[in-house]
Amino acid sequence: MTPPKFTSFRDVMEELDRGGNAIFIDKSGVESLIIRSPYAIQYIHSYAEDSPFFLGLAEGRLRGSKCTKKSCATVYATPRGHCMECGSPTVWVDLPTRGRLHSWTTCHFGSEAFLKETPYNLALVEFEGADSLLLVRLKDCTESDCYVGMPVTAKFDPNPKYSITDVWFVPVP
Amino acid sequence: MAGPSRVRNSIDPFGKIIKDAPLARAEGTTLARSKTKTGVRERKVVRSSRSRSQSSGRRVYMVTGGVTKFAKAHPAMDFRLMVRRAYDYALKGIPNLTKDRIDGTRISYFSDHFTRQLKAASMVQDYLGMNPKGSIRLEWGGATGGECFQAGYEAVASGRMDVCLAAGFETMSRVATWKGNEFIALASDTNFDFPLGGFYTGYYALMVVRHIYEYIRRTKFAHITDEREAQRQAVAEGSRIMSLVSVKNHLNALHNPYAQYPKSLSVQDVLNSEMISYPLTREQICTMSDGAAVAVLCSESVAREFTDKPIRIIGVGTGTDTMRLADRPFGKVPLMPKEKASDYTHLEYPGVHSFRAGRAAGLEAYRMAGITDPNRELNFIELHDAYASSEIQTYEDLGLCKYGEGYDFTERGDPFLTSVRYPFPTPNAGAIPVNPSGGLIACGHPVGATGLMQAVFAFWQLQGSVKKHFGDGTLQVKNAHRGAIHSHAGTGSAVTVSILERGYRP
Repeated sequence: MTPPKFTSFRDVMEELDRGGNAIFIDKSGVESLIIRSPYAIQYIHSYAEDSPFFLGLAEGRLRGSKCTKKSCATVYATPRGHCMECGSPTVWVDLPTRGRLHSWTTCHFGSEAFLKETPYNLALVEFEGADSLLLVRLKDCTESDCYVGMPVTAKFDPNPKYSITDVWFVPVP
Repeated sequence: MAGPSRVRNSIDPFGKIIKDAPLARAEGTTLARSKTKTGVRERKVVRSSRSRSQSSGRRVYMVTGGVTKFAKAHPAMDFRLMVRRAYDYALKGIPNLTKDRIDGTRISYFSDHFTRQLKAASMVQDYLGMNPKGSIRLEWGGATGGECFQAGYEAVASGRMDVCLAAGFETMSRVATWKGNEFIALASDTNFDFPLGGFYTGYYALMVVRHIYEYIRRTKFAHITDEREAQRQAVAEGSRIMSLVSVKNHLNALHNPYAQYPKSLSVQDVLNSEMISYPLTREQICTMSDGAAVAVLCSESVAREFTDKPIRIIGVGTGTDTMRLADRPFGKVPLMPKEKASDYTHLEYPGVHSFRAGRAAGLEAYRMAGITDPNRELNFIELHDAYASSEIQTYEDLGLCKYGEGYDFTERGDPFLTSVRYPFPTPNAGAIPVNPSGGLIACGHPVGATGLMQAVFAFWQLQGSVKKHFGDGTLQVKNAHRGAIHSHAGTGSAVTVSILERGYRP
């Protein structure tokens, strides 16, 4: 049986959503056969040199990294194995669990996997003694509460998923 | 193929061509002297670091280009046919420019995920019948098209090719919008950034909230002591001014038949459109598209065979920055010729508010082109306005105004056209039109094609042929002699700037 024909692409999409195939007829009368083509994959994702950060979150620790070169000593709130300023290796350091909002936003959309979590807040947090920032989720506050400079504190998931979402920040009460 | 039959004129084939644009001379070139028995003798040319980035390669000209209409979906064309359509448009009416004259290609598309066809560039090469000529596939996030253009430039400048086809495309309609956003966000750190929401608009929102804090809260609203209230007012002000950019680009696009979303909007329409990520609304953000664009780049010796209106590429620049916003440093501003260090005594740069890669790319391209005052020396710019915010941030990166002046620059109207009526005053309109085509916000953003689309629109501006190609001359910048194109990848992690100049006397 020939698939149903549509002149609206939206109707084509709906037919595909119903599990069928479709023929789209464009303004010049050209017919295009359109089918679904699913694609799923399970990645084997190693955190590799970033692993101690994610293991730290599971212990309620926020770990950054510090350049080992004395004259550089850059402290990264988002850890990295080598210093981007001087290229030296870094060592792990504990970050304070309190910081301030460097910037923030409320997302009313997200990619497909996160749509069900909307709206959610993102924040770049700055820490005393660190030269770079950390991007995190910000909870327990809304658009009208947030401002650049707002003091925030870290919360950790007692049931860690080994994801950056194992830590989030909330306003300091 | 580089066949023996090719005519290589040793005499100047450009009777009327401006041979030595004074701006393009390699400044800083000095003659090193060394002592010999016979005394001081000129030995060799030594180049200072300032001149090192200047082209020592062959002159490169763009001779034609083509684009497909950008659309939400082109179900009747796959990527191969889209490129073929743009290619046919480019070659139409140039009898001397046949497939056998093309020495090789540079082909760009951003995402294998979107295309769901690896080595899609090979299939384009194949479909155009270009085998077995040389080709390289380019990918650089949002700057993919801009990089492809520069790769084509380099193929010719290096002497490797006399005629290079630079072609780019993207087919983003093969997945639903929010799956598409996921693919785009996979171009952010998948350990630290992606799992937070996988949403690029969120990243740009973080950047503009800080930009507004630095440049509106701390200036215009410095007198308000309640921090929340001051920032709320500053964001409202920033959002209003960003909306001017959105109105401009959508209105300009009413005169561009290739644009995906031409429309007449008011500032209030833009502000009232759906909130996507605070404070960015739907009308301040570009969309996903299907589309293709091609540019044909040539050496000086053959360009005249194809057109008597060649456009020369006089400057190319690229810059980069950290993938993660969180890693952006807080340092000093690399200065434009007109800026002083004292202009930015208290500014920590780039932070997350500005695009250091855009500044670096602009500086390199300007230096190569000999440009010291872009507002006066460029007649227009097609820049990467994936967000209305990033258009304003880019005005500053490219030195059209100082850092912090982008909002005032917009309000004064400098980047607006004189030939389009906007629903608000634009006293300085025509000073340096930005995105006369409508930019990404109104034309769409089929990633791998976008940077090449800018090249084609700039090419038509410089040839004075906008009316011929658009069927409407409204967007033609009068006497456009030199323009810039700017292509930008995720949160400013990579940027290209290319400067194009009329290579003939009108």
